[in-house]
Amino acid sequence: MLHIEDLHVKIGEKEVLHDINLHINEGETHVLMGPNGSGKTTLLMTIMGFTNYMITEGKIVYKGEDVTRMHAHERAKRGIGMLFQRPPTISGLKLGKLLTAISRTKNENITELARSVHMDKFLERDINKGFSGGEIKRSEVLQLMIQKPDFIMLDEPESGVDLENISLIGTAIGSLLEKDRHIIKRQKSGLVITHTGYILDYLETDRGHVMCDGQIKCHGNPREILQDIKQRGYKECLECRHT
Amino acid sequence: MPSHVNEPELSKVDQERLAQSGIDLTMKNRCGSYLQMDQDIVHAECAQEGIEVLSYKKAFEKYDWLNDYAWKVVSPEKDDVTKYVAAQKDPKGYVIIAHEGSSNILPIQACLYLGRGQIQHVHNIIIAEEGAELHIISGCTSGAHVGKGGAHYGISEFYVKKDAKISFTMIHNWTEDIEVYPRSASVIGENGVFLSNYVCMQPVKKVQMYPTATLKGDNSVARFSTIVIASKESFMDLGSRAILEGKGASAELITRAITKGGTIISRGHINGKTAGTRGHLECKGLILQDGRIYAIPEIEGSVVGTELSHEAAVGKLARDEIEYLMSRGLDEDEATATIIRGFLDVKITGLPESLQKQIDAIIDVAEKSGF
Repeated sequence: MLHIEDLHVKIGEKEVLHDINLHINEGETHVLMGPNGSGKTTLLMTIMGFTNYMITEGKIVYKGEDVTRMHAHERAKRGIGMLFQRPPTISGLKLGKLLTAISRTKNENITELARSVHMDKFLERDINKGFSGGEIKRSEVLQLMIQKPDFIMLDEPESGVDLENISLIGTAIGSLLEKDRHIIKRQKSGLVITHTGYILDYLETDRGHVMCDGQIKCHGNPREILQDIKQRGYKECLECRHT
Repeated sequence: MPSHVNEPELSKVDQERLAQSGIDLTMKNRCGSYLQMDQDIVHAECAQEGIEVLSYKKAFEKYDWLNDYAWKVVSPEKDDVTKYVAAQKDPKGYVIIAHEGSSNILPIQACLYLGRGQIQHVHNIIIAEEGAELHIISGCTSGAHVGKGGAHYGISEFYVKKDAKISFTMIHNWTEDIEVYPRSASVIGENGVFLSNYVCMQPVKKVQMYPTATLKGDNSVARFSTIVIASKESFMDLGSRAILEGKGASAELITRAITKGGTIISRGHINGKTAGTRGHLECKGLILQDGRIYAIPEIEGSVVGTELSHEAAVGKLARDEIEYLMSRGLDEDEATATIIRGFLDVKITGLPESLQKQIDAIIDVAEKSGF
């Protein structure tokens, strides 16, 4: 599904991602961990195609097609989607209107989908304006439910969310990633950034990666990595070159 | 339902232009209509009981007390525009009177159409008597072919009596060569509400106006909403002023201004003269192409107990907002237009839904052409 090779990324004059290699198969969900400022969100924004993140070397191949130089909307149309940790507030733009724009001809029942994530009363509200942490994430999930991406990146879906909302969001994300289907029938893939690991209670994940200083330094079983980090912190990860 | 407006002899393009300034020639969603083409009054009628739509001349023939209302809130000596209109021997324009207790659900439309390159002058008097509720949509437009020399001088005097309400939604749809000089003022009585909305999405050579509301009555309310786009070469000197005299009077002046190369001067002045008055002035500007937005918000308080505030911001489209929408599959142009549409989305408290929809529809047309 997604293949990243020798990726180097600059923000302004500074290289922030170095030599990233990542391979995610169809139906797999990977977890990305790492200390604050290690480059996790940068990697997701780069994969999504945000122009502030300049690829200087390497390539991103999605479904066999090189998307390295594509605009964000072209990647989105090919099935790449993202749940943002801190999406912007857009004054005057109603959530319902954005959902209609995303939906295009899909004839989705927007109100029904909104109701399923308790966002039906927010359709006439300016997007993210005055939303709580949980409401922001539910709005993000709702947009993805309509967008229906095949490869979903989730940037800290549980941050700022209370336990009740984590359950709702986790279940909805699980459904987006077809976790309710048999493993061999799953076609959707995911890449999740998490610090706490709470979201992993709702998602079976296949592989974990640890990012430090703009590099992926460790791969392995996501729960084992998380357990390790909880016990020892990132100190050993910083020193580890095991791949 | 009032009769169908006699369709003026207009090309399809110009009929379309009338529609884009909020004019419904079928009258399906209107209770009355006034149509003036250049200096000819084509139509003046209202089917709503208790409300009259009359030409200026007929109104003065019918009611001599109107002399107590003409040139009382706008001075004929104010400037060259008012002097020009006041000097006319055969004044044109309309008088709309909502008699005591009357109200209209469907708005009255007033269409001022400029078909030739000359000065069109009008003097309008709008009165809502005690307890009346009056909604008007005024579409001002010109033929697509009208060239240099075309100008519109419009005097409007509004009287909102005790417990009455007037909403006046003015939509301008001119062309690049036309100059427009509205001069209007209103006086609002106890518990009276005056809503003044101005929308201009199309090019114009020059618009200059600074309507003033004097809130004399206790607990009177005025809201001015201005939504404009200045194309290249357009010069818009706009503003609104509220003078808070009645106890508990309040005013809100909201502007959304976009320049695509033209100039917008956005003035605003709230004067709190009495304790217990409140006022808020807000101007948000967006520069899409190099032009000029010059916001001049003024708040003036002279007594303890008046509360006034203002906020003004001029900026550009945020790249992160555009790319956020692009990550949802909208291309850059769609994302940009969607954000601009949101920026212009002003919901006007107290405005009937049909008029809000009309405003939205005018902006939607601009959105479809990519602003």
